[in-house]
Amino acid sequence: MDILTLSRLQFAVTTVYHFFFVPLTIGLGLLVALMETAYVRSGNEEYKRMTKFWGKLFVINFAMGVVTGIVQEFQFGMNWSEYSRFMGDIFGAPLAIEALLAFFLESTFLGVWIFGWDRLSKGLHALTIWLVAIGTALSAFWILVANSFMQEPVGYAIRNGRAEMTDFGALLGNPHVWVQYPHVLASGVTTAAFFVLGISAWHLLRKKEGWEMFHRSFNWAAVYGVIGTVLVVLVGHSQAQHMVRVQPMKMAAAEALWNSEDPASLSLFSIGRLDENSQWQDVFSIRVPGLLSFLAYNQFSGEVQGLNGLQAEYELIYGAGNYMPPVAINYWSFRAMVGAGLLMLVLAFYALYLVFRDQSANKRWFHRILPFAILLPYLANTTGWFLTELGRQPWIVFGEMRVEQGVSRNVPASTVLFSLVAFTLLYGVLMAADVYLLRKFARNPEEVNLIDADAPAALDRAFSGD
Amino acid sequence: MELNSLWFTLIAVLFIGFFFLEGFDYGVGILMPFLGRNDRERRVIINTIGPFWDGNEVWLITAGGAMFAAFPHWYATMFSGFYLALVLMLLALIVRGVAFEFRSKDRHPRWRRLWDWLLCGGSFIPALLWGVALANVVRGVPIDAEMTYVGTFFDLINPLSLVAGVAALVAFMLHGAIFLSLKTDGEVRARAEQAASRLWPVVAIVIALLVILGYTQTDIFRQLGINPGVSALGSGAALLAVGWLLRDKNYSWAFAAMGLHLALTIITVFRGLYPRVLVSSLDPAYSLTITNASSSEYTLQIMTIVALIFVPIVVLYQAWSYWVFRKRISAESKLEY
Repeated sequence: MDILTLSRLQFAVTTVYHFFFVPLTIGLGLLVALMETAYVRSGNEEYKRMTKFWGKLFVINFAMGVVTGIVQEFQFGMNWSEYSRFMGDIFGAPLAIEALLAFFLESTFLGVWIFGWDRLSKGLHALTIWLVAIGTALSAFWILVANSFMQEPVGYAIRNGRAEMTDFGALLGNPHVWVQYPHVLASGVTTAAFFVLGISAWHLLRKKEGWEMFHRSFNWAAVYGVIGTVLVVLVGHSQAQHMVRVQPMKMAAAEALWNSEDPASLSLFSIGRLDENSQWQDVFSIRVPGLLSFLAYNQFSGEVQGLNGLQAEYELIYGAGNYMPPVAINYWSFRAMVGAGLLMLVLAFYALYLVFRDQSANKRWFHRILPFAILLPYLANTTGWFLTELGRQPWIVFGEMRVEQGVSRNVPASTVLFSLVAFTLLYGVLMAADVYLLRKFARNPEEVNLIDADAPAALDRAFSGD
Repeated sequence: MELNSLWFTLIAVLFIGFFFLEGFDYGVGILMPFLGRNDRERRVIINTIGPFWDGNEVWLITAGGAMFAAFPHWYATMFSGFYLALVLMLLALIVRGVAFEFRSKDRHPRWRRLWDWLLCGGSFIPALLWGVALANVVRGVPIDAEMTYVGTFFDLINPLSLVAGVAALVAFMLHGAIFLSLKTDGEVRARAEQAASRLWPVVAIVIALLVILGYTQTDIFRQLGINPGVSALGSGAALLAVGWLLRDKNYSWAFAAMGLHLALTIITVFRGLYPRVLVSSLDPAYSLTITNASSSEYTLQIMTIVALIFVPIVVLYQAWSYWVFRKRISAESKLEY
C-alpha cells in the first residue's frame, strides 16, 4: 500500500475510534452535572448515588477519549505535514485554542471533581463537573470550527503560497459550524441517553437491592433522549439543506443520485450495477417521489443536482480529475445514520410515554431490548462521520486542496504501516479492557465501594516480588 | 517585542510548564513500582498525582497546538521528521493515561501489576524521548531547502541526544522523588527522600556531561557567548542548591530549586536556539526560524489576544487545584485511583 492509502487508513482508524468516546463524554458529562445539581438543591442522597454511579462510568470513558485525542493533535503534523504547511495559518489556531480553552478546563476540573468529594463544599464540587461539561462542549466547538473549514472554507485568502486567515470572525461564524455543532452536541445527548437507558433497563429487569436509583435514571434519560433525538433530527434536516447548497456532491453521493432530478425522489433502498457504457443503472430501487426535494427545500419540487452533472461542472472549474466521492459507502452510511436516528427517536418517545403512564419500571420486553439499543447511537455517530468525511473526498479542503496533496512526503510507507498496525492493535486491546471495566461497573453499583475498600492481604503479598 | 518573538517565548513558557509539571509526574510514574512495596503504597504514590496528571499533560498538547498555530512549518517539519519517535511517545502516553484510570478498578493482582509496569514504562519512554527530541532541535537535523526532514529515525540517535535523553529521565525522576517526599508520609516518604538523595549526584554528573557535549556538538553556547548568561549559570546554581537543600532535608525549597533548574534549562535551550526554531545540519540557511516558519501577522495577532487572556487564567485555576490537594497522602487516606 502507498503512503497516501496508509495515512488515510490510519487517520480513519484513529479518528473513528476517538469518536467512540467523545459523544458519550459530551452527553454524560452534562447529565452527571444535572444529577449533582439536583443533589445539591434537594439534598436527596439518591441523586448523589446516581451522580457517583454514572460519574464512574463517565470517568472511565473520559480517559479513553483523552488518550486517543493526543494522537489527533499530533498526526496532522506527522502524517499530513503538507496540509499543515498549506492550511496551518488557519487550521492551527482553533486547535491551539481548543487546547488552551477546553482541554485545560476539562482535565483540571475533572481531577478536582474525582478527588474533591470530601475537600470541597457541595456547591463548589458540583461547579467543577459543570466546568468539565462546559470544557467538553467548548472542545467540540473548536474542533468543529477546524473541521468546518475543511468542508466549507471561509475567511481566508491564498497568498504567499498558502492559505492565510483573513477573518477570524468568519471562521467562527461559518454557517457550517452552526449546523454541525448543534448536531454533534445533540448526538452526544442522545448517546448518553441511550447509554443510561440501556444500563438502567438492565437493572430494572433484575430489581436487585438499590434498583430504585435506576428507575429514576431511566426517567431522566427518557426525557434527555427525547430532547436529544428531536434536536438531532431537526438540526440534521437543516444540515442536509445546507449540504445541498454548499456540498451538493456530498448529497448526491449520499443519495446515489446520478442524474439531476426535479422533483427529486428519495431512495430508500437501492441495488445497482454499471452498464456497458459505465453508466449506473438501478437494478432494484424503492423511491419516494419528491421527498428529496422536500428534504432539500421544504417543498415537493426543486432540482437536486446529480453526480454526473456535478462532475462535469467541477471539471470545468478545477480541471480534469475525478470529483466523485465513493458513492456506495456514502449512500449506505447516510441510510444507517438516519435509520438509527429515527429508530432512537421512536424508542425515546416510547420511553417517555412509559414515564408519563408511570410504567417505566415494569415494561419487561422494552427493558430487554434497550441494552442492545446502546449500539444505535454509536452506529449513527460513526456513519455520520463517514458521510461527512468521505463525502468530502477527493478534497481535504473543499475546492482548495486535494487529499493527496496534503500527505507527508518524507515519511516512509513502511513506517506508517508500522504505526497503523501499532495503533490498531493497542486500540483493540484497550477497547477490550474498557468494555470489561464498563460492564463490571455498570452491572454492579457496589463495585465502587469494593474498589475503595482496603486490599486483602493476599493482594499486598502479590507485589512483594516486584 | 514583535509577535514572532513573543510566540517563540510563549512556546518556551508552555515547555517550561510541561517540564516542570509533567516532569515530576513522569518521575512519580517511573519510581512508583520501586518505592511502593505493596498495593496500598503504590496507590498512595499514584494518588499523589491523581488529580493533576491529566491537567499537566495538557501543557504538552497546548505546546504542540501552539507550534501548529504560530509556526506551522516548525510543527510540520518536526512532527513528520520525528515520526517514529513520536509514535513511540504517543503509544507510551496512551498506555500511561489509561493506566491511571484502569489500574485500581479491578482487584486481580495480575491486572494491577500489569498496569503498574505499563504506567512506569509509559512515563519512562516520553521522559527519555523529550530529552532526545529537544537535543536534536538544537544540534540540528537534516532539513533540506524545502523545509523537509530528509533523515531517518537513526539520525536522531547521537551521543548528545542520548545523554540529553538520560538527563531528562534522571532529572524527572529526581523531581518526582522530591515531589513524593513532600506529598507522602511514613515509609513511602522515607524511601522517596532516600531516592532523592541518591538521584541527585547522578543528575549532577549527567547534566555536567550534557553541558560538555553541548559545547562540542552544538552552537548553543557560541550563540550565547563566553559568558552563557544568567539562565545557564542560574540553572547550574539551582541544581547545586537542590543538592544542598536535600542534605538539609528542606524538601519544599528543594522542589522549588529543582523547578527553577528545569525552567532555566529550557530558557537556556530556547535562548541558544533563537531566532531559529529547528536547526538544519545540512546548511544553516535551511534552518527554520521564527520568521520563515511562522503564521501570518493576522493569525499571530488573534492567537496573542487569546493566549494573553487565557494562559494566566489556566495558571490560576491549576494553582488552585494544587492548593485544594495540598495535604500529604498516607496509607490511611481515602484513595480514588
